[in-house]
Amino acid sequence: MDGALVVVQLLNGIQLGVLLFLVAAGLTLVFGIMDFVNLAHGALYMIGAFICASLTLALDSFLIAIALALPATFIVGYLIERVFICHLYHRDHLDQVLATFGLILVFDTLVHMLWGPAGISYPLPNWMNGQVNLFGFVDFPLYRLLIIFSGITVAIGLYFVIVRTKTGMLIRAGASNRTMISALGVNINQLFRYVFATGAMLAGFAGMIIAPITEASIGMGSDILLIAFVVIIIGGIGSIRGALIASLIVGLIDTMGRSFLDDLMKLFVSNQAAETSAPALSAMLVYILMAAILFFRPQGLFPPKTR
Amino acid sequence: MALLEVNNLHKSFGGISATCDVSIRVEKGELHAIIGPNGAGKTTLISQLTGDLESDSGTVYLDGKNITRLPMHKRARLGMARSFQITSVIDNMSVIENVMLSVQAQSGHSFRFWQPVSAQQELTETSHEILVNVGLQSRSLHRTTELSHGERRQLEVAMALAMRPKLLLLDEPMAGMGSDESIKMIDFISSIKGGAGILLIEHDMDAVFKLADRISVLVEGNIIASGSPEQIRDDKQVRRSYLGDE
Amino acid sequence: MIAGLKLHGGVVVAILLLLAFAPFIIDWIDKPFYLDLVTRMVILAIAAASLNLILGYGGMISFGHAAYLGIGAYSIGIPAYYGEYDGLYQLAITIIACGSFSLLTGYVCLRTKGVYFIMITLAFAQMMFFALVSIEEYGADDGLVIDLRSELPFGFSLENSVSMYYLCFFILLFFLFIIHRLVNSRFGMVIRGSAVNDSRMQSLGFPTFRYRLLCFVIAGVMCGVAGWLLGNFTNFISPEMMDWTRSGELIFIVVLGGAGSLFGPVLGTAAFVLIEEVLSGFTIYWQLYFGLFLVAVVLFVRGGLDGLLSKFSRSDK
Repeated sequence: MDGALVVVQLLNGIQLGVLLFLVAAGLTLVFGIMDFVNLAHGALYMIGAFICASLTLALDSFLIAIALALPATFIVGYLIERVFICHLYHRDHLDQVLATFGLILVFDTLVHMLWGPAGISYPLPNWMNGQVNLFGFVDFPLYRLLIIFSGITVAIGLYFVIVRTKTGMLIRAGASNRTMISALGVNINQLFRYVFATGAMLAGFAGMIIAPITEASIGMGSDILLIAFVVIIIGGIGSIRGALIASLIVGLIDTMGRSFLDDLMKLFVSNQAAETSAPALSAMLVYILMAAILFFRPQGLFPPKTR
Repeated sequence: MALLEVNNLHKSFGGISATCDVSIRVEKGELHAIIGPNGAGKTTLISQLTGDLESDSGTVYLDGKNITRLPMHKRARLGMARSFQITSVIDNMSVIENVMLSVQAQSGHSFRFWQPVSAQQELTETSHEILVNVGLQSRSLHRTTELSHGERRQLEVAMALAMRPKLLLLDEPMAGMGSDESIKMIDFISSIKGGAGILLIEHDMDAVFKLADRISVLVEGNIIASGSPEQIRDDKQVRRSYLGDE
Repeated sequence: MIAGLKLHGGVVVAILLLLAFAPFIIDWIDKPFYLDLVTRMVILAIAAASLNLILGYGGMISFGHAAYLGIGAYSIGIPAYYGEYDGLYQLAITIIACGSFSLLTGYVCLRTKGVYFIMITLAFAQMMFFALVSIEEYGADDGLVIDLRSELPFGFSLENSVSMYYLCFFILLFFLFIIHRLVNSRFGMVIRGSAVNDSRMQSLGFPTFRYRLLCFVIAGVMCGVAGWLLGNFTNFISPEMMDWTRSGELIFIVVLGGAGSLFGPVLGTAAFVLIEEVLSGFTIYWQLYFGLFLVAVVLFVRGGLDGLLSKFSRSDK
């Protein structure tokens, strides 16, 4: 097996993991603090990508586009919370699932109305397009390294905010005891609004940075949402640390699985059998992993302390 | 052989011991009360006995059988019934349906798919009898959500009785009741004494001293005294830490 | 009160009568397209009824129920691909496949509760979806086209659309009858009790897990039969049938019709299919309005259509 290929796929796996983390973080925070299941979270991922796409094409600058699209997505998230989400906190999870499912239809159609049915691709600035030579023998796209880098930066930033600031303390307290923090006089509604909007912005950021590679398209939100849910289930709903670790695990297993499962299987079964079943098996790998973890720990790897 | 034998039961959460080296015996037909200040570990103890919580160490024997590691439903089948401090009934079903479920649980398996339960006399008649005993027969077809607080407590006890238990664990049955309802409950518990063994957790001292054959005092997870009501009333340590010097 | 019961019962009977005589009415008004519509409606109602069993009565919110529609359909598609059209053989595969899938996944899923349960059922269904999408041999994304409908004994031909319709309709009635007996039996009472207060049921002495698992399997197999009918009906089998949005629609139908009521699924499916047809006739952006409608139903309509009917019934006291 080609050593360089292994390293490349390893890095790809980390890149996917980092992207998943950006999406999963908002999802797990919103669930952990507001006890709210948000199926429409993927829509923010999609909306961020489309806003960034339009801005990049209009302003001819990817970086400025991101700088503007981030607050734009934050505002969109804030508005969604204000108009729809806040009425659903006290409803049971089934209602939340159904209502946000309806919202997915609404946003997918809105994007269709505003941007048309086809996806939008937008180019990266030239300097981001190159390859970087790593460890002397591997060539890896610079942009993917940048994605990994920005994801890690966000993770560190989140850690800092959550562990070391007063807001973060409120968030952590809120995740384990909502009544307590409202008893402390904190304006719960505002806190929820900002948490939701921040999660939306993070998801949007993920969409923005991946779209140059995969293009901004209408189905992208639903695709990533499902894996994000798998991630937070594995990581433990409500735990940022769990989301990070689970994202990396899932990213690595999915990427490495798709690349190397057929080779691995050829060690045990015939070439033909390996080639026909490997694609299906590697698609199922992440779910099998989830099932296995849940079998032994139904609350996930790092569940936050219960309320 | 005692009906219930609890030996050195222990449970801690984090670094804090909720129950510590607790040992109790309940004989057949006796009513053994557990008293103690709030936070003493009474609910933890009940949860350990019913199987809701796994004990860290210690053993529990019901009628000679070691039930320490058995799941909740198996203990129920062996004759342990419990009423809950915070009323826990099957809401949105009727009163009689609730009791029928308790009866059903004790009569074999429930892999019966065809005959409606309303047509099964062994369930409906037995349940009706129990409701008459408890005094709830007039409410039998009402939804549980329509009952008053006291009536819900009565239903709780009715469901526990319907299980024909050997041991009845009553977790603060008087909680939240007015004085009239309390008197009714005390009379009722009095009337069922002598049959099943009863482990009663209560704050209402009136009730405790009227009903108990023996009393154990739980303070901060430890049993500090155990004996007849008179012994407990006279015990200096108990008076200091719980009853208050009179 | 009696008058009110007549209203509720009356609506249900009216719909059932309409469905019973649909082919004749449709023939009379000479709009054959509607036969397709009601056949699809009836098949969907069977799927919804099976979901109502675990969701409405059992409190198990499965977001992966459409997987069984897909498995049932592929039990037609895959044998057909190899030239095997025997209906009973395909049905046997449906039952075994759906039974196994629901047993294995249910065993893992039912150990979880609440949101975890919802997400895990969703994930397992998507797993099947992706698995089928990656099998090139059976059409992958593009799906399978089958030429012939299942061959059934006694010369009963499914190629005849009216026969097809009546098979679906009778299976719907049959399953509704079975569900009716189930939910009022001892088994059903355990399921219904566990939905509301599982730990209380266990402290009464019920080992609730095994009952819920069996209920989960029954519902899965019933939905698989709906899938078997669907595969026959559409002649085109694709992984899209088990997409999670399908599962979401099924949940919506159950809630819309009234979860935990016997005829709720029929009401819900009728409403859903009609609204979808009407809306999509108006604009290509119908999903926007449909989504808003969904949100509105969740926010404002408690108890679904069946609940609404009952409310009108009771207010006649």
